[in-house]
Amino acid sequence: MAEPATATQAAAPVVALLKDELDIVIPTIRNLDFLEMWRPFFQPYHLIIVQDGDPSKTIKVPEGFDYELYNRNDINRILGPKASCISFKDSACRCFGYMVSKKKYIFTIDDDCFVAKDPSGKAINALEQHIKNLLSPSTPFFFNTLYDPFREGADFVRGYPFSLREGVPTAASHGLWLNIPDYDAPTQLVKPLERNTRYVDAVLTIPKGTLFPMCGMNLAFNRELIGPAMYFGLMGDGQPIGRYDDMWAGWCTKVICDHLGLGVKTGLPYIFHSKASNPFVNLRKEYKGIYWQEEIIPFFQQAVLPKDCTTVQKCYIELAKQVKEKLSKVDPYFDKLADAMVTWIEAWDELNPTGPVPNGKAA
Amino acid sequence: RTLRAGKLTERVLKLFIATGKDEVFSLIQALNIQVTVTPVLPTRALRPDLTSFMNEWRTIFSRFHLIIVKDPDLKEELKIPEGFNLDVYKKPDIDRVVGTSTSTIFSGYSCRYFGYLVSRKKYIISVDDDCYPAKDNKGILVDAVAQHITNLTTPATPFFFNTLYDPFTEGADFVRGYPFSLRSGVQCALSCGLWLNLADYDAPTQALKPEERNSRYVDAVLTVPARTLMPISGINIAFNREVIGPALLPSLRLGGEGKFRWETMEDIWSGMCVKVVCDHLGLGVKTGMPYVWRNDRGDAIASLRKEWEGVKLMEEVVPFFQSVRLSREATTTEDCVAEVANVVKEQLGTKDPMFARAAKAMLDWVKLWKSVGSSTSSPGA
Repeated sequence: MAEPATATQAAAPVVALLKDELDIVIPTIRNLDFLEMWRPFFQPYHLIIVQDGDPSKTIKVPEGFDYELYNRNDINRILGPKASCISFKDSACRCFGYMVSKKKYIFTIDDDCFVAKDPSGKAINALEQHIKNLLSPSTPFFFNTLYDPFREGADFVRGYPFSLREGVPTAASHGLWLNIPDYDAPTQLVKPLERNTRYVDAVLTIPKGTLFPMCGMNLAFNRELIGPAMYFGLMGDGQPIGRYDDMWAGWCTKVICDHLGLGVKTGLPYIFHSKASNPFVNLRKEYKGIYWQEEIIPFFQQAVLPKDCTTVQKCYIELAKQVKEKLSKVDPYFDKLADAMVTWIEAWDELNPTGPVPNGKAA
Repeated sequence: RTLRAGKLTERVLKLFIATGKDEVFSLIQALNIQVTVTPVLPTRALRPDLTSFMNEWRTIFSRFHLIIVKDPDLKEELKIPEGFNLDVYKKPDIDRVVGTSTSTIFSGYSCRYFGYLVSRKKYIISVDDDCYPAKDNKGILVDAVAQHITNLTTPATPFFFNTLYDPFTEGADFVRGYPFSLRSGVQCALSCGLWLNLADYDAPTQALKPEERNSRYVDAVLTVPARTLMPISGINIAFNREVIGPALLPSLRLGGEGKFRWETMEDIWSGMCVKVVCDHLGLGVKTGMPYVWRNDRGDAIASLRKEWEGVKLMEEVVPFFQSVRLSREATTTEDCVAEVANVVKEQLGTKDPMFARAAKAMLDWVKLWKSVGSSTSSPGA
């Protein structure tokens, strides 16, 4: 099972769910050859490519894909001074793609992620599974021991209150990775040969009040429900930290989802992660994060949002305030980050001017 | 004599072995004493003929000491095949140990709690007698006992969710973003297994989908996060008796409780207590593998009327347990259970006499545990 799927072109014609309601956001610095493999699953959809690094380089997009591409010059042009909140020389820049999208749903994937095979050898249409996850409810208030009760062949178990069986809207779907697992640098150094070969056939809702490490490699979300919370922070060039972009977005997103009564799912789909980044480079990027996360996590675990935060933007601004108050003492970086969080919301609202829509109910 | 007196503990055994004497070793072998922790299997016998059940489990169970508890309401004689190391407890035995007035709490599925009470082993594994060993995705027979023991003897991680599930299993680890200070985990007190074929659905659900069978083998064990509650089924569970024994208890009895699983809620109620206590004491609860194969039994539609009561109850029970907060002073499992019982009495007892009875049963159980169940009560954390 430690091989990507081949011959996906031979796959049966796919019914492209949400074809006109979903954008695929891909950050890249090298090339987009990986799209060839995804072609049967991705071609019906619109792509937003966020080109990081040198803007004078031309990124070749395979024929036949409908896309828009933004490099650093475009980001600076579109956002002006607010472009400071978008990271440079880090895949965190992908969140610019979320901001400029006009669709209801986003799927984001890294350019070293390929199509995986399920245990029967069939190529996995990851996008289709994410859509299924997003379109079916989550169950964050009580844990179902048979995992996602809305999947075929499963249901709520004995003892699950009927009043909770409707579930809540799903804001995010977090997929997993076969082959190269998403380990931090120390773990990579200790276990350089470890590969994830375990296909866990489950989707589950992460319970309310529980935080998790959200990986941005294989992620989908409902932009209307939770988009503004998916800010991937200040990473990369000129920043003291890297590889914590998706983590930061994940903690903010989960706190806000818990507050607004929205669900986050994890588990299927799997993609095949082919490239292991250099662990020494990773260590240099992460090492501050490894210390800081000891403070950051209790901060998020204890974060309480006031009842009048009824929109994602209001929740996010409030979180930014709390970050400034409570985390600045850990490092002045958080002061900058808190400001960038506010800038992000301002930029989001500017580019998405329908105004804040109350999303869900405040818990 | 030492064995008969029940005084041969693991520690004493290790001392004997440490002598390095051949006679000691041959004696140990002759008596088939296991050095490793030996689970006890209280098997609730609802049907008299245990032959096929025991034979199906023989290769997995035969190494261990079994406790078979016969439902006091069952009239027929038990049929048990040869070749097992076991103790059987029937109504007269139960009466003798706890008294005839108390023995009524052990009827039906709750007879298993008697087994938990009288066992003196560290770990208990409990499987309903309508379950056989399952096969995994590769067609290999699942050693449910071994998996439960692995779950109980590796740490749990309730304070932060690991997206690759159990980080202590072969081929997995903590993912990027998992705080290092939380990577040593906490002791796992309870291991909740799952079921292939007939899943543990309530009667309305199974009646609505009479043909549905669980065929999905999910290759994962995960820790149930702290403060997250779930329905803990009694069909296939294991626990550390030393640490959490008193918290698995017979207390809630439905008015129309019957002899099929979907006509009971006793395990669900007990499980809510256990999780609250574990969360308070900083202990872990795992769920997932091992799977057992649960045989078809009973008629969901016929059970619908009986179990409706249990289904409605959960609307009260879940929010109640979600709100329970135990005091700082409750540092032992017994104290925690007593506190929960008092809160049940105060807040739920007034709504329905069934809860008042359950609260009293919980307090009685703590007393019973202290007198019959334990040599010493051990603090949880």
